[in-house]
Amino acid sequence: MIPVIYRVISIVAYIILAPLLGGLLDGLDRKISARMQGRVGPPLLQPFYDFGKLMKKQFLAASRLQILMIVSYLFFICLTGVLFFGGFDILLCVFSLTTAVMFLILAATVTHSPFSSQGTHREMMQMMSYEPMVLLTAVGFYLATGSFSISDIIRQNVSAIALMPGFFFGFLFILTIKFRKSPFDLSTSHHAHQEVVKGVTTEMVGVEYAITILTEWYENIFLLGMVALFFINSNPWSILVAIVAVFIVFFIEILVDNTSARVKWEMMLKLSWGVTLICGGLNLFILEIIKR
Amino acid sequence: MNINKSPWLLHYDGSSCNGCDIEVLACTTPVYDVERFGVINTGNPLHADILLITGGINTQNAEVVRQIYEQMPKPKVVLAVGTCACTGGIFKECYNIKGGADTVIPVDIYVPGCAARPESIIDGVVKATALFKEKADLYDKEETEMRKAAKRGNV
Repeated sequence: MIPVIYRVISIVAYIILAPLLGGLLDGLDRKISARMQGRVGPPLLQPFYDFGKLMKKQFLAASRLQILMIVSYLFFICLTGVLFFGGFDILLCVFSLTTAVMFLILAATVTHSPFSSQGTHREMMQMMSYEPMVLLTAVGFYLATGSFSISDIIRQNVSAIALMPGFFFGFLFILTIKFRKSPFDLSTSHHAHQEVVKGVTTEMVGVEYAITILTEWYENIFLLGMVALFFINSNPWSILVAIVAVFIVFFIEILVDNTSARVKWEMMLKLSWGVTLICGGLNLFILEIIKR
Repeated sequence: MNINKSPWLLHYDGSSCNGCDIEVLACTTPVYDVERFGVINTGNPLHADILLITGGINTQNAEVVRQIYEQMPKPKVVLAVGTCACTGGIFKECYNIKGGADTVIPVDIYVPGCAARPESIIDGVVKATALFKEKADLYDKEETEMRKAAKRGNV
């Protein structure tokens, strides 16, 4: 077991640093995207400028209930990260993440706007596409390391990726959906892209939209943490490897975002379930045989 | 926090000939790249700070323009791009044209030209951003005063 003090430090660091790091990564993303398109791009701190401006806008929400739902969304995403970086059960993280997204869906539907309703439907399609792989990844970690506890997973002698490359690839695939990147930015999208007005976030005004952006920063850090989990083992140097891997993954996501066009939801569902079945399923099958 | 570093645009095409619209789009291309000023071309009035109107106002779209303007949360700035949006332009005498954008909503900044050059549009956006900061400060002051008044009152 990890001493309680380490858990507390890690949790506090997540709560304080994740928005800063998430915002910086978002800025980096916009900068790299701009350079890929042959543009200069906004300053690195642009996401923070946007955030500050949104906080100061007039509060024009159509429903008072919406802000409550959005704060709950933030709360559950934070809880997911806290459970993850505190080294608790990985299965609990997955369930907490799902609950959080349910609150986003509720926040979008309380206003009865046709645009955000359409975004909601697409968000649910996205959930259906990525959820099996996320769950399977948790199961994969259990089969590879013999524990659902993150504090045990990071103390193996060999990195988890050695036993679960298929899960890793599958997780990378659904990460594009989770990051709301093209070709799977169906429910809402970032930067200057537009999606049926603005998808699930259409009805979110000022402070509400700012909180949604903040929540996405928290979520992105958690997701990148999941990527790092594949690489970290008992050797302290593996943390360095994990950080390098996270940056490579992040770059690949930006590259995919800039080189592909948005697909229809049927295509997304077929592709993600196909990848889940082939990569995740095959890896699961092989792991079962090896471990027996 | 510098509020004027993040102006989000909402582009509405009135009864424009599309000349100005093409020039507005040209502003987002690599040659002019307005995103370096933090400008995002959003499609959502609820997220927008600057309403950019091209083309004149006709009897059909007058209500639409008014509604879009009302949906935008304060502080907000209106930018009329092109001669038609400023005065009605070449279509001014048409039976269905009311005139420029200022016939239905208050316009803050006028960018003339037929079609307006991307350089002048960017210039207009930069001016709108400065005005946006001014309006934001004013809005902040009003808000705090209203809160104080509410406290002094019955609450």
